[in-house]
Amino acid sequence: MFHDPAHGCCLTVAALLIAAACGAPSRQPADPIAAMTPADLAHGRRLFESQCADCHGATGEGGRGANLAVPHLKYAPDNAALFRVIMSGIDGTEMPAVRGFADRDVWHVAGYVRTLGRTAAVTLPGNARRGEKLYASLQCASCHTINAQGGTLGPDLTGVGVRRNAMFLRDCLVDPAKTLPENFVMIRARTLNGREVRGIRVNEDTFTIQIKSLDGQFSSFRKTALASLDKLQETPMPSYRGRLFGPNLDDLVAYLASLRGGL
Amino acid sequence: MRIAAALMLAGACAYAQAPYERIRQAWREPANWLTYSGSYDAHRYSALGQLTPSNVGRLRPLWVYQAGEQEIEVSPIVVDEVMYISEAPIGVTALDIHTGRSLWSWIRPTPADLTTIGYGRVNRGVAVLDNLVYVGTLDAHLMAFDSRSGAIRWDTVVADYRSGYGITAAPLAINGKVITGVSGGEGGIRGFIDAYDAKSGKRLWRFWTIPAPGEPGHETWAGDSWKTGGGPTWLTGSYDPELNLLYWGTGNPGPDWNGTKRGGDNLYTCSLVALNADTGKLKWHFQFTPHDDHDWDATEIPVLLNTTVRGRKRKVVAMANRNAFYYLLDRATGEFLLGTPFAKQTWAKGLDDHGRPQVLPGTSPSQKGSLVWPSMHGATNWPSPAFNPKTNLFYVPVREMGSYYFSWDVEYKPGARFTGGAERALPADQASGAVRALDVSTGERRWDFRLHTPPWAGLLTTGGGLVFGGTNEGNFFALDAVSGKPLWDFQTGGMIEANPISFAIDGKQVVAITAGHSVFVFGLQ
Repeated sequence: MFHDPAHGCCLTVAALLIAAACGAPSRQPADPIAAMTPADLAHGRRLFESQCADCHGATGEGGRGANLAVPHLKYAPDNAALFRVIMSGIDGTEMPAVRGFADRDVWHVAGYVRTLGRTAAVTLPGNARRGEKLYASLQCASCHTINAQGGTLGPDLTGVGVRRNAMFLRDCLVDPAKTLPENFVMIRARTLNGREVRGIRVNEDTFTIQIKSLDGQFSSFRKTALASLDKLQETPMPSYRGRLFGPNLDDLVAYLASLRGGL
Repeated sequence: MRIAAALMLAGACAYAQAPYERIRQAWREPANWLTYSGSYDAHRYSALGQLTPSNVGRLRPLWVYQAGEQEIEVSPIVVDEVMYISEAPIGVTALDIHTGRSLWSWIRPTPADLTTIGYGRVNRGVAVLDNLVYVGTLDAHLMAFDSRSGAIRWDTVVADYRSGYGITAAPLAINGKVITGVSGGEGGIRGFIDAYDAKSGKRLWRFWTIPAPGEPGHETWAGDSWKTGGGPTWLTGSYDPELNLLYWGTGNPGPDWNGTKRGGDNLYTCSLVALNADTGKLKWHFQFTPHDDHDWDATEIPVLLNTTVRGRKRKVVAMANRNAFYYLLDRATGEFLLGTPFAKQTWAKGLDDHGRPQVLPGTSPSQKGSLVWPSMHGATNWPSPAFNPKTNLFYVPVREMGSYYFSWDVEYKPGARFTGGAERALPADQASGAVRALDVSTGERRWDFRLHTPPWAGLLTTGGGLVFGGTNEGNFFALDAVSGKPLWDFQTGGMIEANPISFAIDGKQVVAITAGHSVFVFGLQ
């Protein structure tokens, strides 16, 4: 309590500065990536290859997961954000949080990921503007949304160029069954009284399943009311193998890869 | 003065809520749940028989208590109309069992520099003895609270959390003593089991799970690797009052996935140790997974029961181990009686006549990754199994999951992760779970109830013929204990990673489970 108004302010500021200097250590250091040793990065690489490469590729080139071999990562504009993305995942996407990693481990992975960004960017064949016209003529918007326009049966493609790499996008077009996301599995349910429902599995647990039909209707079943429940290999996404190839396929891939988000 | 003294004495006696003799004979009062596993023999069995297969379909929620923001893994204690739970990150709360309303609550934050390497910021429950409630904390304290008011009676530092130690397990309160283990097997600790005087908090004895030079078992560690040997003791053990033996599981050796610099069997990691409860001296040990390099801690519940093995009546300890084998050991001597797989495993041809695994080549972690069943989290884990003496079945929450195991070099640094590798589990659609009923004396499967994903919830079984369990997707459910048929389920809206209990409110049987960050109590109309 300061009774002298003239000095109270200065003492308060000084007290705050001293408190800040002596404060309890924060959980995240300011930017440990700058001080990382080759051993730290090697550790980060080993963790990356065992935990992350499945989705992001052995050298971060992407696949089911985003291409990390780029200088700027959309969800990680700075290193603190990159730390948070690895530690906590990205809500609404397939990027999970790590489990059982100490802060130091996460920083090592982040440091290694930043080294991937120093590789040269790859130039894709194909023309994105021609690809955009192809997207319209194939009526992809009947099932897919880009920037709030289009259908909702399939995944939202706004920013798909950030989330998936070009090779994966190509596979989505010519072999969609191979690249089907976990939350777009097709199911056929037959009830005990003979009704059949086909659609995308929205959610499932030990006792119930919720399905969204191709017309957008939700159905909810207790499994005890079902005669059968089968995962189907088919997908509502048509395969363009044999229908799209060469420059046309390159153009469409280039267009999809150019979608970096932006609403 | 004499009147005042007499009144004080009377008051003190009235507060002796849960003396040792009550807990020792917990089976006499199934209306309460007096210790972590329901009884010292860890059956997680309630003798209450009001809930049966014919009426369990009418179970409905009676009340819900919502704890703080974090998910909780607590198994509650109930003594004389008060429920005691631990709360995350560090706290204890007493609830009125009629309404779920808080009677008292104490919570404090964790230190800013706390790191819990290899485990979550959780606590699995409290212990009660006389008029005190005990809890272990993430920063490795053991604390005692007055059971009526929540006033702190003592606060003992068990270990230095900055060296990787913590406590997540519920303590075990026996005669005049409180027993606790420690977490930290991924931090290169040297593990131990401690006993503290229940009234004063003074340490009575310590059993190190990693023997020092000159101590028996030290020869199973190459060089100085024993110093960071691991061997955590992070799950509540069991107690046989007649033999006066504590049974406690021990965890993995460190580093978890790289055994190259710790040649030898690495005693007493991945073992069950039987300790004299008065002195902490080792009576016997049995090692389930010698020189483990998959992180298959033997910190599963040791269940004490009497059964007939190959025509002969035996007093045994039964354990469904993380390594996918179900074991029966003589609990007086540690003699290996039986061992058989209860889930898919691809790492061992079998067990020899002494219970030692015959490890298959190519199953250790490697630079490129070795595919092995079970996964690092094992075919079962800390969630409790349950034993029903009426059905003679041993119920196990089973995880059917395989993983790639990786190994690389690592250097020990205090407070840092010391695992020497990593694990990557197979995708979710290649894993599943089950409630699996085993014949207790042979380990043969009697029935299976399949779960959508490998569970993190334990089981409870009851005298009325039911088995209760939970799922990751929030379902709390009841099965017929004889057939495994599902009879009732309820969607709690939160992941269930805890063990159910049963007790009575006004003479009526209820069941309780933690789901998400809430405690649910269910009963009939």
